Parts: sequence; structure tokens; C-alpha cells
Amino acid sequence: MTETASMQTTLQDITTRLKDKPGALLPILHEIQNALGYIPKDSITFIASELNLSRAEVHGVISFYHYFRESAPGHHTIHLCRAESCQAMGSKKLEAHVKNRLGIDFHETTPDGKFSLEPVYCLGLCSCSPAMQIDSEVFGRVSAETFDRSLVEIGA
Amino acid sequence: MAITVYISCDSGALALGAERIAQAVSREAHQRGIDIRLIRNGSRGLFWLEPLVEVQTDQSRIAYGPVQGHDVSGLFDSGFLNGSPHPLFLGLTEELPFFKKQQRLTFARVGLTDPVSLEDYLAHDGYRGLHNALTISGADIVRQVTDSGLRGRGGAAFPTGIKWNTVLNAEADQKYIICNADEGDSGTFSDRMVMEGDPFVLIEGMTIAGIAVGATQGYIYLRVEYPHAHKALDTAIAKAYAAGYLGQNILGSDKTFDLEVRLGAGAYVCGEETSLMESLEGKRGLVRFKPPLPAISGLFGKPTIVNNVISLASVPIILDKGGEYYRDFGMGRSRGTLPVQLAGNIKYPGLVELAFGLTLRELLYDFGGGSASGRPIKAVQVGGPLGAYLPESQFDTPLDYEAFAAIWAVVGHGGIVVFDDTVDMAEMARYSMEFCAIESCGKCTPCRIGSTRGMEVLDDIIKGRELNKNIPLLRDLCDTLLNGSLCALGGMTPYPVLSALNHFPLDFGLTDQADAA
Ligand SMILES: Cc1cc2nc3c(=O)[nH]c(=O)nc-3n(C[C@H](O)[C@H](O)[C@H](O)COP(=O)(O)O)c2cc1C
Ligand code: SF4
Ligand code: FES
Ligand code: FES
Repeated sequence: MTETASMQTTLQDITTRLKDKPGALLPILHEIQNALGYIPKDSITFIASELNLSRAEVHGVISFYHYFRESAPGHHTIHLCRAESCQAMGSKKLEAHVKNRLGIDFHETTPDGKFSLEPVYCLGLCSCSPAMQIDSEVFGRVSAETFDRSLVEIGA
Repeated sequence: MAITVYISCDSGALALGAERIAQAVSREAHQRGIDIRLIRNGSRGLFWLEPLVEVQTDQSRIAYGPVQGHDVSGLFDSGFLNGSPHPLFLGLTEELPFFKKQQRLTFARVGLTDPVSLEDYLAHDGYRGLHNALTISGADIVRQVTDSGLRGRGGAAFPTGIKWNTVLNAEADQKYIICNADEGDSGTFSDRMVMEGDPFVLIEGMTIAGIAVGATQGYIYLRVEYPHAHKALDTAIAKAYAAGYLGQNILGSDKTFDLEVRLGAGAYVCGEETSLMESLEGKRGLVRFKPPLPAISGLFGKPTIVNNVISLASVPIILDKGGEYYRDFGMGRSRGTLPVQLAGNIKYPGLVELAFGLTLRELLYDFGGGSASGRPIKAVQVGGPLGAYLPESQFDTPLDYEAFAAIWAVVGHGGIVVFDDTVDMAEMARYSMEFCAIESCGKCTPCRIGSTRGMEVLDDIIKGRELNKNIPLLRDLCDTLLNGSLCALGGMTPYPVLSALNHFPLDFGLTDQADAA
């Protein structure tokens, strides 16, 4: 099957399964992003017609929520906490180190496609600030050294 | 017989390496041919000791911590499975002063039980509240909640019983119970700890709410940043269905209650209840005008209870022991207990559940042990990113909604973030404006545009430019936000900004308090 065809099958499966739920759009977008890593621009027309919405409405929802993305992320996504508790424990210095080490700013992906860096406003790990999440794994009391080590551990 | 060992599966413990320790302990036991039963419990909330390893002895649980990978074989060598001494030996968990001094009602089971074991839940007084609720009328359930004096723990502190009563009396073919599990406030993690550490208590609380007001569908609106809570909730919900605690004919009664988790998508404003309902309906999270109240016309236009996780998780004990039991804790009009979260630059960060009335100073020093850095505490922010910054001179304020309101501060969701004297409060004020700009839903001009303007003004102030013009300009902007915002995101951003300015004028380049006026 071609890549576009398999994407179409994925979209079809997800929307068929979920579209009759009350308030189905967010659950559908979540599953698409789970499956594909992002919500392809090409999928918007399809989702809109399945849910009887306009393309503008679907696009409006995707762009409202920070979590949804319309471009493919890197192989790993790093969510770095910027909120107050982490700031109180030196997250600004950590943030500078992370950006420097990866050579990218927030909302960017490294040129080799390995890492995307996203800010997050609290991970609920404020009892071990500063905190971050790489994919689904959580890290507390992160220092420049432990950050570098975790990159090595996930095979960077 | 196998010895029972507890290692937490709470995200906070995992972030400090609990998974690795759990694997190492299993492996080591296996290699030594020792039979252990490893239970992944919630966290006791003593995070400076995580990963905490507890061993069940005939006395009670003995704790070791914080355990690192290289400690594991040594623990076995010294016989920790019999509770023997070791440099990481802490004694009986429940005798640790940080734990012993607490009054755990809502958190009674967190850290004690296997979070997703229904048998454990039942063995530790679980579902007693629901059993009682099924024997009385909806109005009587609501009366118990009203009598308890419980006020919403999500921020606004609105009396829960009054909200329920409005929904009870609303006529409709369909009503909803929504649990607000968006927990967007920085410095807070009590909702997460309950959902990961005792998900059944939330499910029971929501089921009681549904039965009380005649709502048959519940939604837990969970922030996407909490994947572990999501898994625990889904597992517990499936078990509750299988055992007849959810679905039709709950426990053989004629009551129905269905429950589903829905995920947010990283928008702070979706914690605001009307924005949350828009989001649940599949739309952008724009805040709605009130009235109508959600209790009259909420989700899909139907009468809806929206309550915070801790509010709902406090309901089972109220229905089990009675409203009066709960009301006997607390001070003034702040009844019951509050799970306080100590965060930021603090030596002993963690969860402290106590009756209202303790002072900030007691929490910061008696429980928290002062700053983590060992430097003086300069400021604390209470109640999340929209909460005021408090200077040392206000540390004797008791934790009480009215006492905080009297000093233009909020208790909110009970998060306390500590800063030592290296913090620059003008930078924190700037961050508050930036946060408002990033998270604004865009409906009101002051919030959408004023916050960006506030950032620029603070940039100028931080550079020391034209303070005589820019300080009054910042105050004007705050006035506009205070008075011209539809919700508390715009409406309360002035709390952290102005409290920083008023209490710490030096950080804004002013020589004294008078210049700040
Ligand atoms: C911007 C904003 C964010 C909010 N975030 C949350 C939240 O994450 N969790 C929560 O329970 N309440 C939050 N609230 C408060 C809710 O609007 C609402 O008051 C609460 O869910 C009601 O439940 P309670 O009465 O049990 O507190 C927020 C309010 C505002 C204005
Ligand atoms: S104050 Fe801000 S977040 Fe709240 S409704 Fe207005 S624009 Fe939206
Ligand atoms: S403020 Fe960073 S995890 Fe909560
Ligand atoms: S637009 Fe700036 S405060 Fe109204």
C-alpha cells in the first residue's frame, strides 16, 4: 500500500469508529495525532466532511490547541517545563542549555529529524522541578548533565 | 510467604527513577531466589525521599529512600526485607513526621493501596459512600454535601452543595457530571496524585454526584500532559464497569451512570469550566458568557455539574462518615481539609493534607524545611499562575479562603511555589503577562492584547527605561485586565503582577514602596 493510501485507511478507521460520539472532533484529532504523529493538512477536508463541519472550523480547532500539530515532529519530542515551580529551580538555565545542545528553539525540530522541542506549562512534577518529558517518559530534577545523559540513553 | 514490597508508580516517583528501581529490586530478588510481591502503589507524597521503597513487616511498613540503582544490592545484603538497618533506613513510614502530622481524608488511601485494585479499594473503606448514597434520596445526598461545608477545590471555592442543588432542581431529559481534571495550575499536582494513586475514589465521587442529581453520563476532562493518570483511570473505570459499579443498575439498583475520560490538548484556558465544555463539545475553547450557569445550561445545553478532582474525590468520605464529620475539620468558612502541594525551591517538597487553618510559615518551615538551596525564602506564589506572590511579612496568614482574600491573594488549588532570594520579581511579573498572552482564548481585547502590551512595558521596566511613565502604565493595564476580562485568566493576571510590584519594588528599579504607587 502507498503511504497516502495507508494514511487514508488510518483516517477512515479512526473517524468511522469515533464520529458518532458526542463532541467527536477532539477524540478524532487525538487518535490521528497518536497514529501519525501530527494532523496532516490533507486530512482536514476528509475530517470536515465526515463530521459535517467546514474546513475552517476543523482548522480553527487544530490551531487553537497547543498540543495539536500540523507538521511531522522529530523522532522524539522533548517537552520542557517553563512554569513557575521549575523556574524556581533553575529551568531557565536548563532551557538555555537544551536549546544550545540541540541547536534549536522551541517549536523547532533538529535538522536530522531526531528531536522536536516544545515548551510545556507544568507537568504536575513540581515536587521535582525542573521537569521534562521525552515522548512518554518523565524526568525530574533535571540538570544539564542528566539532560545530556538522557539523550544518550534514548540513542541520540 | 512472599514479602510485600511497595515502590510507587506515581509520575513524580517515576520522574526520579522509580521504574528502574522496581526493575532492579525484582531482578535482585529473583537472582537471590527470594520470593517477593512487588506492589506499585501511589506516592506517599514525600518526594525528596522518592524513589521510596517500603517493606511490609508485622509492625507496619518500613521505608528506605531515596533509593538509587546502586543501592539495591546493598539493601538486600543488609536484609531490608526484614526491616534491617541500612544508611537509607527511615523507620516506619507512618511515623515520619511529615506524614504523621497530616490529616488525610481525601488522600486516605493514596500510597497505601494498589491504585487499580478494586479489592484493595474495597478493603480500605472504598465504595461505602456509594452504598450509603443508594439508600437515601438525591436531595439527602446533596444535603450531606452541603452540610459538609465543602467548597470547590478547583480555584473559585464555590460551595459544592449549592451547585449540586441547582442541578438537582433543574428539569431536563439529560444531565451531566464533568470532572475538571485539567489541573493546569503550575505548582499543583494533587489531582494527578489522586488519579494515579486512587482513581476509584474519583470514580465513586462522580457516581455519587450522578445519582444525587439524576445525571447518567459523566466525563473526566483530563489534561493530555497526564498519560499515567489516563492509564490508571481507564483501567479503574473498566474494572468498575466489570464489577457493576458503573453502567446500568449500579449494585442492583435502578441507577445508571456511565463514565468516560476525554483528553484536553494543552490549552490552559480549557480548565475554565465553560471553555472546558466548549472543548468537550469538540470546539475551540472559547470562554462562554455567564449566565446561563453551567448548572442550568451546561454541556450540550444541559444542566451540568463541573467539579474539580479533589472536590469530587472528597465526596465519598462525606457520604461514608457524614457531612458533619468533614465539617468538623477546618476554620471559619473553610471547612474540611486541603491537600497542599509544596513545590519550587523547597527542601521537602510534597503533598500535605491538613485541615484549613495552618499558617504558610508552618507549611514552609515545619513541613517544607525552608528552601532547597538553603538561601532565605523571598517569595511564595500560592494558588497557581494567577495567584499573588506573598512576601515574608505575610507568611503568618492562615490557609483559609477569607484570610487570603483579605490580603488580595488566593488559596486556589492549594499549590505553593517557593522562591529563594535569587529570584527577580520583575522577571516573574513579565512571565505572568507572557503566560496570559500565550494562553488567552482571545475573546477579550484586554486579555489578548493587553497581556502582550504588559510584556513590552515590563521589558522596558526591566531595562530601567522611563519608570515614571511605565510603572503607572503597567498599573493602568492591570486595571483594564481586572475590569475588562470575561474570565480569571485575564482578570487575575494582575494578581501576580501587582503583588510582585507592590511587595518587591526594588526588583522593578524603584527605590522604595512609595515609588511603586
Ligand atoms: C483560566 C482558568 C483555568 C482554570 N483551570 C482549572 C483547572 O485546571 N482545574 C479546575 O478544577 N478548575 C479550574 N478552573 C476553575 C473552573 O472554572 C471551575 O471553577 C471549577 O472547575 C469548578 O469546580 P470546583 O467548584 O469543584 O472547584 C479554572 C478557571 C480559570 C478561569
Ligand atoms: S479573559 Fe482572556 S482567557 Fe478569559 S475569556 Fe477573556 S480573552 Fe478568554
Ligand atoms: S511547574 Fe514545572 S512541572 Fe509544574
Ligand atoms: S487593549 Fe490594551 S488593555 Fe485594552
